Amino acid sequence: MNPVVPQPLAAGHPGFLSATGVEVVFLLVGLVILGAALVTVTTKQLVHAALWLVVALGGIAVEYLLLTAEFIAWVQVLIYVGSVVVLLLFGLMLTRAPIGRSPDADSGNRWVALTVALAAAATLVTVVIDAFRATWIDLEQRTGPGKGSSEVTGTALFRHWVLPFEALSVLLLAALVGAIVLSRRQKAGER
Amino acid sequence: MHLAYPAVLAVLLFCVGLYGVLARRNAVLVLMAVELMLNAVNLNLVAFDAWLRDTLHAGQALTLFTIAIAAAEIGIGLAIVLLVHRNRGSSDIDRLRDLSEGGGPSTGDPGGGSREETSVTPATDNDTGNGPDQGVPESAAGRRPA
Amino acid sequence: MSTTTLAALVPALPALGALAGLLLGRRAPGFVRPLAVLPTLAAAVLAVVVAVRQGGGEPVRAATELAPTGNDALPVQLALNLDGFAVLVAVLVGLVATCVQLYSTGYLRDDPRYASYAALVSLFTAAMFLVVYSDDLIVLLVGWEVMGICSYFLVGHYWETPAARSASLKAFLVTKLGDVPFLIGILALASEAGSFRISTVVTRLTSPLSGFEPAHPTLIALLLLAGVAGKSAQFPLHTWLPDAMAGPTPVSALIHAATMVAAGVYAVARLLPVFAASAAALTVLAVVAALTMTGSALAALAQDDIKRVLAYSTISQLAYMAGALAVADRGAAVFHLLTHGAFKGLLFLAAGVLIHAAGTNSLTVMARTGGLARRAPDAFWTMSVALLALAAVPPFSGFFSKEAVLAAAEHTAFGTAHPPFEGAHAAPAGAGWIVLVAGLVTALLTAAYAMRLWLLAGAPARLRGVASRGDQAGGTVEPGTDSAGAPLVVGPEKAAEHVPEEVPRQAPETVLAQPAPEREHHGHLREPAVMTAVLWVLAVPSLALGLAFPVLPDWFDGASLTPTLATSLLATGVALVGGLLTYATWRHSTALAALRPGHDADPGVMLLGPLHRHAAAGFHLDALHRALVVRPLHGAARLVRFLDREVVDGYVTGAGRGARLLGAAVRRAQTGNVQTYLGALLTGSLVLAVIAVVAATGNGGA
Repeated sequence: MNPVVPQPLAAGHPGFLSATGVEVVFLLVGLVILGAALVTVTTKQLVHAALWLVVALGGIAVEYLLLTAEFIAWVQVLIYVGSVVVLLLFGLMLTRAPIGRSPDADSGNRWVALTVALAAAATLVTVVIDAFRATWIDLEQRTGPGKGSSEVTGTALFRHWVLPFEALSVLLLAALVGAIVLSRRQKAGER
Repeated sequence: MHLAYPAVLAVLLFCVGLYGVLARRNAVLVLMAVELMLNAVNLNLVAFDAWLRDTLHAGQALTLFTIAIAAAEIGIGLAIVLLVHRNRGSSDIDRLRDLSEGGGPSTGDPGGGSREETSVTPATDNDTGNGPDQGVPESAAGRRPA
Repeated sequence: MSTTTLAALVPALPALGALAGLLLGRRAPGFVRPLAVLPTLAAAVLAVVVAVRQGGGEPVRAATELAPTGNDALPVQLALNLDGFAVLVAVLVGLVATCVQLYSTGYLRDDPRYASYAALVSLFTAAMFLVVYSDDLIVLLVGWEVMGICSYFLVGHYWETPAARSASLKAFLVTKLGDVPFLIGILALASEAGSFRISTVVTRLTSPLSGFEPAHPTLIALLLLAGVAGKSAQFPLHTWLPDAMAGPTPVSALIHAATMVAAGVYAVARLLPVFAASAAALTVLAVVAALTMTGSALAALAQDDIKRVLAYSTISQLAYMAGALAVADRGAAVFHLLTHGAFKGLLFLAAGVLIHAAGTNSLTVMARTGGLARRAPDAFWTMSVALLALAAVPPFSGFFSKEAVLAAAEHTAFGTAHPPFEGAHAAPAGAGWIVLVAGLVTALLTAAYAMRLWLLAGAPARLRGVASRGDQAGGTVEPGTDSAGAPLVVGPEKAAEHVPEEVPRQAPETVLAQPAPEREHHGHLREPAVMTAVLWVLAVPSLALGLAFPVLPDWFDGASLTPTLATSLLATGVALVGGLLTYATWRHSTALAALRPGHDADPGVMLLGPLHRHAAAGFHLDALHRALVVRPLHGAARLVRFLDREVVDGYVTGAGRGARLLGAAVRRAQTGNVQTYLGALLTGSLVLAVIAVVAATGNGGA
């Protein structure tokens, strides 16, 4: 549980109280994300849940930016906020989800779920804080383009990760075909 | 930036998603919660990539892959949910209990015992409009306050 | 051929006949009858020849080693011992067996299982010959057991009826109950005396030179006595014999007259020195004999089934023989065995004819219908002869043999007996007194039940029609004017009274094996000539065998068998009293029955009074056995079953049931709700993670 720190801590160990500006923004956005996520999983209005999910996912894109992963951030915005949420909204519509408050949005499993989630959170937070209490991320730009810029990411992706990338394209094709087959209405004689 | 901040945020986000997966009744909401969990993982990946300064940018590449797979997953998942909804007239996952042991009301399922209700409708799946039309009143009738 | 070769042929011939009969019985039905009759007849003839050649002289002995026993001093030998007892008993066995085989050809001529029946009778006869001639205890035991299994098959001949099945099982099990101690006794005797040869054992015991004293004479004698009581149907193992009447009547005749039951008495006679070595054993034998003879005579007086009357009579007469042995006079015992074999065989065979003529076993029904003497005159008159012999009326054979027994008892009681062989103790005087008193009482009862049997079976209408036909036991019969013309009425409660619950009803031979008597022109039922001829053949020794009493001592131990005046007068007197009393009672009860339809015409009811009910049930000995043996055994079996089912199997089924319960518990979690599964899965992995963390930090800390 005490991972070997691969790099020496840059510039000593800054305290948690003397937060940098990036950290403050990160924390605030993080709080917004958490709040939006909580509302997403607890709200009784199904469409609201999807909209709050947009807030949470957008917040995560901001966090990516703060972590200098620009390309990922835009991909996040494009795919998640742009397509996934739209897909989810369509799903809600197609399944005739009621507009407005539906009193039974939560199943009877809620208390068990709450217990499990809280226990998992407690365990993981304890472990993570215990492990990474003193770890520092050096976000300073040393040389060249940013670490998460499209250039750097593209270089890595098409130089080192070409094969998985192509495999992923096959997977996406398979998913595409599968989704079409699943959602296509069958004719009566085909069964 | 302290690594603890994104890590703890990811943990909390993950646990919120966990709660959502376990507690939500509507399958589309469960999928949303799954997205939350995936994003927590992605956040972790990006944060550790930034921390480790990996020359291969494995974290970011993997994040991209995850996002792509998540998109595929949500597409397939929604297709399945739609199909289930069309066949069963309901997308409430705690009422889809065909895999329960014994069958019949004697098992005493606490979540609404909808085996009989759900097993009535499958004949309508290839009919254009009838399935959902039949399904909605049934699912509404089968629902109870949790 | 030498005498021993002839003697060896005697048991071999019927055994071969039995084998051939069993093999050929189905394929060649035409050979069955010759194969049944001829070997037995030849064996009987050979037995006579052997008897003539032996002539009552010195015993002829021959032996060949049969099997080693692991002890060189104790080989099992196929040994023959031809002394006076053996040859005479063999003649009786041959005579009765031949008569039974001849009779069976007529009696069972329509029976589909006649072939196996005849073969088994032959085998039975061969086994009895073996017992009679054998000088080796183990060979004797072999014959003894072969008889046991043959009796099982023969008694169960009509196995379609439950009564026959249970009776055959009972006969087999009860005799086996005695055979186990008998075997132990034989082994103990042989190991003490150092030989399986009876003659050697007897010589060692009786010779004053050898000075041999058995270490446990009483124990050995009592063990042997148990086997004898089982085979010879003595108290308390006699209960199989009345039930064994479920077999065909010729089998009853064979078992009762010459073979099975006689084997026990004969074995004691051969081994008498062993018993004589122990005064206690003789006293026990005397008490057993006294109990048996009086009790079964009383029971005979109360039976309704004619064959059961005869069965109890057999037990009673066997007890006479046992009584003679108890006073250490085997000459008298074997003499009574011979005469009894003749007249009891005759009685059973005649009874079989009467049963067929009457169509029923029940004496009451016979008395009600009447006319049996007219319909089956041969059977009726030969049976009268045999009954007179049974009642010990002079000059019939039973008189002389019974007097020999009573005289021996009297000699012992008054201490004037001389030891039957050198070196033997005189029998205790107490045993003599017991046998004497019981013998006299039984003489009265015997005459009573013989008279009752004769009166009930013997056609009152005819009796009344022939006004003053002489009756040797009962005096002159008065014309029955008082009840003339009135049919004897039997209330339905009488039948219930006569056949108590615990006595299994007899096999309905008359239904199952009705030989369909030939109807002649006048409508009379006619039995086959061979059956009646056999009856008259047997009537001759019943009538005249007793007169051989001056000759027989030469064949036996030499003790006089001449009747003494005192006991003769006493016994004949009480027999007359018993017969007359029964007759008077019968007259009285018949008159009462004529007046009141509900009254019972059976004199036995009035004679015995309140005792009748118990006597009819055999003094509830079956119930006693059930209470003392069967029920505890059932209880033990139930306990074992309980232990096996509930305790031993409990662990086995408990293991299975535990797994099933666990499975059911897990099944209840299988609700079909995916969220539950997922929650359980995540909880489990969380717990595992916590354990891993705690373990890691614990290890790291340590």
